[in-house]
Amino acid sequence: MSILDRHAILERNATLLLVGSLLVVSVGGIVEIAPLFYLENTIEKVEGMRPYSPLELAGRNIYVREGCYVCHSQMIRPFRDEVERYGHYSLAAESMYDHPFQWGSKRTGPDLARVGDRYSNEWHVQHMIEPRSVVPESVMPSYAFLKATPLDVKDVAMSLKANRAVGVPYTDEMIDNALSDLKAQADPNADTSGIEARYPKAKLGDFDGDPQKLTEMDALVAYLQMLGTLVDFSTYDDTTGYR
Amino acid sequence: MKYTFEMLLLAVGAFLALIGAGFAQDRPFGAHMWVLFFVLIGGAIVLMRRTEFRPAIAGRAPAPQSEYFDEVVKYGVIATMAWGVVGFLVGVVIALQLAFPDLNIEPWFNFGRVRPLHTSAVIFAFGGNALIATSFYVVQRTSRARLFGGDLAWFVFWGYQLFIVMAATGYLLGITQSREYAEPEWYVDLWLTIVWVAYLAVFLGTILKRKEPHIYVANWFYLSFIVTIAMLHVVNNLAVPVSFLGSKSYSAFSGVQDALTQWWYGHNAVGFFLTAGFLAMMYYFIPKQVNRPVYSYRLSIIHFWALIFMYIWAGPHHLHYTALPDWAQTLGMVFSVMLWMPSWGGMINGLMTLSGAWDKVRTDPIVRMMVMAVAFYGMATFEGPMMSIKTVNSLSHYTDWTIGHVHSGALGWNGLITFGAIYYLVPKLWNRERLYSVRMINWHFWLATLGIVVYAAVMWVAGIQQGLMWREYDDQGFLVYSFAETVAAMFPYYVMRAVGGALFLAGALIMAFNITMTILGRVREEEPILGAAPVAQLAE
Repeated sequence: MSILDRHAILERNATLLLVGSLLVVSVGGIVEIAPLFYLENTIEKVEGMRPYSPLELAGRNIYVREGCYVCHSQMIRPFRDEVERYGHYSLAAESMYDHPFQWGSKRTGPDLARVGDRYSNEWHVQHMIEPRSVVPESVMPSYAFLKATPLDVKDVAMSLKANRAVGVPYTDEMIDNALSDLKAQADPNADTSGIEARYPKAKLGDFDGDPQKLTEMDALVAYLQMLGTLVDFSTYDDTTGYR
Repeated sequence: MKYTFEMLLLAVGAFLALIGAGFAQDRPFGAHMWVLFFVLIGGAIVLMRRTEFRPAIAGRAPAPQSEYFDEVVKYGVIATMAWGVVGFLVGVVIALQLAFPDLNIEPWFNFGRVRPLHTSAVIFAFGGNALIATSFYVVQRTSRARLFGGDLAWFVFWGYQLFIVMAATGYLLGITQSREYAEPEWYVDLWLTIVWVAYLAVFLGTILKRKEPHIYVANWFYLSFIVTIAMLHVVNNLAVPVSFLGSKSYSAFSGVQDALTQWWYGHNAVGFFLTAGFLAMMYYFIPKQVNRPVYSYRLSIIHFWALIFMYIWAGPHHLHYTALPDWAQTLGMVFSVMLWMPSWGGMINGLMTLSGAWDKVRTDPIVRMMVMAVAFYGMATFEGPMMSIKTVNSLSHYTDWTIGHVHSGALGWNGLITFGAIYYLVPKLWNRERLYSVRMINWHFWLATLGIVVYAAVMWVAGIQQGLMWREYDDQGFLVYSFAETVAAMFPYYVMRAVGGALFLAGALIMAFNITMTILGRVREEEPILGAAPVAQLAE
């Protein structure tokens, strides 16, 4: 057992022990994580993905703030029951602009990866205010305060800039128009040609049932209603995604 | 004058917090800075009240440098106990919220905000304080040296408490990255990084000035835990803040890369924070309490290196069948299954240390607690590799089975070994002949064990049932259950789970009482545990 005897060298030298452990624990991460950044087939080539519109991003920030991920996943696995229940299994491409990812790890509530377009805005608002009024079995907390809280729009352009700094392809035009795009998306009377050009498939109009006010409920529902709706699966070839 | 520097630091910090509150970019950040301001001002006031204005020369001589620095360990033990009770209590509350959703109080006490408070309170506040306190105790004894860095150890302790307070209040205010077990936002993360570097300096410095030629095995585990957590914390929390006066940041990575980085972090928070660090506690406190040497020196070498090497690879098993590439999932599964061996190497080394002293399981409730902890460690580290097999995971993932698994590890292994260590430490630190009550340890042991068994068993049934209901098809090929029906089916289990948690909490409250009385110097009149004092000892 000569090799184990040599271990005494490490046991007498704290620096060696420190460096040794650091080297040993670095290997796994380097081999597993680093390739994800350069292997081209990590993220499927799909049509339709775009950065979040300013209002959707604001809604996503509320989703993150409230910790929705502790009960809702956004990751449909490729099983028959999940695909029938929730829709096409999730692609890596669909969360490529998600900083952070919100795949979740627990389904106390259902998966939300494709909740967009499944229910009306009115249903979502009612469900947030009193979940058990539309789903009697639900154990979800009430989020009525969202409808009473005006949306904080002060830092919307800065949010887009921060996202661009971490790799989301927001253009200068998108950042310059961030605030007006945000307001136009939730305003049924606004000119929406600009936002439709910049953010195709964005859901437009009033979301929370009160066109006079721009609330956190508007933003959250706008986000929920676009979840999983961007990728055009009619042109997507499943076999190209195997990796 | 004592504490001049410290008070200045706190005052400057409080002033900066005030500026932060005044110029905050968003409402939560402003509120958070007010919290910070009051905490720091409170700290400064406490220090002022302790100030002595005698000239330094005439003052008391500083503590002799030859003695161990145990004052900070005492504070750490009390903090561990206090945060433990808070963390368990919040756990019971959120368990009840899942059964009775009307217990949610929006917005601050909704489940989504309180659940991270529970996990952080238990892992980082209870577990973290236990690790810091015991590592400071153990490294001094096994190195025969006083803690390195003087008051730096105090900075580590109080800095860490500040981190906990800022993290916890942040969650309730809605300040979170929503990355599991890494929820605190960028500025709280930066603060923890500073504290952690100081922790490494104190610990490594003490090892470097040791008077023992060898570094004891417990210290290998503590050291690798500290350095690995530093690496994980820094990489996983890389983010770009929206504003330096705002709470919101966007993580440096996105989607699939972010997912694997996060679970590389998340799983190794389990592997290094909750395993390596606590194995260090096992390697010191079990041999001490049973008065036997560690079973196998060679086994400890092999399982140490194998454990820290393999754990890092296991992260992808949290992402089975997701959009993570298959090669990474399979690699993660293979290493997770292999991890079973070094994990059980540690369990065997811990249990076999009792060779020749197994009677103490019957007579010494502290030993019994420690043995049960190692047994739960063995069980959880068998269950974990099993759940990381993709086929099993396809059923268990997203269900309460995972929650049950986590709790048999956290309550059974981390909880019980910490309780054992505290029961060992308190009489020694406060110079008491014995604990206030030994019989109460027995009560604590049975309440805790029963609580864990109820909890884990209920979650197995709940998780497997829900997983099977989700994939149940009828003869015509239709899904049988709507999602809402599977939620309704969970109700009885959620109630029973809360009962299990409450039993565990009741045990911890008994412990808190026992510890408090011991520190106060009381001794309870009671019958000794049967067989604890043998009538006649056989000659060896």
